[in-house]
Amino acid sequence: MPANRFNAFTDYGIGIGLRVPHYAHILEKKPVVDWFEIISENFMVDGGRPLHVLDQILEQYRVVQHGVSMYFGSADKPDRAHLRKLKALVRRTKTPWLSDHLCWGSVDGTFTHDLLPMPYTFSAAKRTAEKIRYVRDYLEVPICVENVSSYAEFHVSEMTEWEFLSEVVERADCGILLDVNNIYVSSKNHNFDPYAYVNGVPPDRVGQIHVAGHTKFEKYILDTHDHPVLDPVWKLYAHAIARSGVTATLLEWDDRIPSFNEVHHEALKANEFIGGARAANFARRALPKKR
Amino acid sequence: MKAPGLRPPPKHAPKKLRTEADLRALQRMMTHALVQPLTADDELAPRWHDGRPMAEVVAEFIKPNDRLTAGERLKIYSISYWYRLIDAVYEDAPGLRGLLGEKKFSALVRAYLAKYPSRSFTMRNLCARLPQFIREEPRWTAPHTGVALAVARFEWAQTVAFDGEARPVLTPDDVADVPPARLRLGLQPYLSLLALDWPVDDYVIAVKERDALRNDASNAIDRGPRAASRKKVRRPRRRRVFVVVHRYDLRLFYKRVDPAAFQILEALAAGRTLARAVAAAGRGVQPEQVREWFATWMELGWFCKRAGRLSGRS
Ligand SMILES: [Fe+2]
Repeated sequence: MPANRFNAFTDYGIGIGLRVPHYAHILEKKPVVDWFEIISENFMVDGGRPLHVLDQILEQYRVVQHGVSMYFGSADKPDRAHLRKLKALVRRTKTPWLSDHLCWGSVDGTFTHDLLPMPYTFSAAKRTAEKIRYVRDYLEVPICVENVSSYAEFHVSEMTEWEFLSEVVERADCGILLDVNNIYVSSKNHNFDPYAYVNGVPPDRVGQIHVAGHTKFEKYILDTHDHPVLDPVWKLYAHAIARSGVTATLLEWDDRIPSFNEVHHEALKANEFIGGARAANFARRALPKKR
Repeated sequence: MKAPGLRPPPKHAPKKLRTEADLRALQRMMTHALVQPLTADDELAPRWHDGRPMAEVVAEFIKPNDRLTAGERLKIYSISYWYRLIDAVYEDAPGLRGLLGEKKFSALVRAYLAKYPSRSFTMRNLCARLPQFIREEPRWTAPHTGVALAVARFEWAQTVAFDGEARPVLTPDDVADVPPARLRLGLQPYLSLLALDWPVDDYVIAVKERDALRNDASNAIDRGPRAASRKKVRRPRRRRVFVVVHRYDLRLFYKRVDPAAFQILEALAAGRTLARAVAAAGRGVQPEQVREWFATWMELGWFCKRAGRLSGRS
């Protein structure tokens, strides 16, 4: 299950997000890292240092592209110039798969630069799935869509978020980038059981997992990516990989970024749970079923 | 609402989402609520554009929960929208911030973003229309509008120089066979030619150096020496300078050039032939001087082909 058609049958381990404060360390020290996730938009530029750094990284490391502006759920049509830029980057990085969010964030060409929650309706699911198919066909690379964290819900919603996610990925026949921190954050903000969420999505479509830290406020939790991963999120991660199989895992740390080693060390904590999940999966497959 | 591009919201939020138009209506409604400027104490604006209470309108499409009203939930997004964009402008315009001071700069940025919300998938382009806005609404920068405009143009040129396109560099061999009367040279897209009435290049560098010192001080000791942070960078005095903002070896540079040299570069950028561009510099310029300039510019890689041709047949 870990290597599936949604991550191009790769078997990537634990990666971290490539961030500017770590460039010098990575290029000088060349630390062993299984893979890096890059934010596509940071490299959808016409020239200069960003692409130069990226090319150096590509010489040494495996890179997967993660986008923040495709807005699969936006009523706006995909922008052809944007797609052309993205495709040029896909060719450059040879990313085995590409992820972006199940959200919207622009309308009439005005951008909020945020990942805004979807109304969970059948018509929105249908439209979103069509857009994912269109983008995938254009880019010619498998796509995993990521669940976002959210702070608001719409009156018009007709189903739960995990039902919506399932509806979209089945219709689009695409993968899921399951962000277990986002599930946890939203579960607190909207009073649902995070395990019901994980159990509610098709496990064989999970092509990648995100873990990250968040911040608790009095009345809500904010997805800040500026902390180590909290215990309940690791537990949810363990549950997710027990269900989906061990799959490409990435730690997101985007604000108040500590040293490279600290971030990498935090990411490698995932190994503590991976061992257990592998053993459980092995036992499930190898041992004869009891009658 | 002034947001160009963003169409007016529907009167009421859709009660059901059946069509793409319904989805668009809901997204327009929420976007209008987000891009509406916050109040001075960072609250949602009290009224929707038609005069109804904002809370009532937001409650039409957002559900409350057991802890937060619909308006409070929207406010989480609104605050994060405004501060994400404000922070991005702060990062790209430290010189303008230094020039105007915190309070004035903050008011300018909010007014700018209210009039010109982002129209690009990347926040890299967020300040592209800031010089235009400063020209259109001088009251935010008065009485320093002229110098503010110069700083904003200079800082935007830096963004362009950082990651703008570089075309293949023209070498002397490429142009050797084309007579000057027919030769048209392109300038690299990452390069900006700025005729400024204030020497803001020095000013912005001084502000950045001061800010770097300030950061070092606050990193080293929590409530460290404030001498560096209090140091005021003197506002530049009016003096016309000609600056080329460019990139060399992946680093940003600002090069002051002679007025005659600047005229040649501007003429080339406007598509004049080499012969006419050189003539634009006037009679006072010695041929050796011009040769020296071109040798430097070639070495810096400033010239490239113009849209697929070397010599003009237009
Ligand atoms: Fe994520």
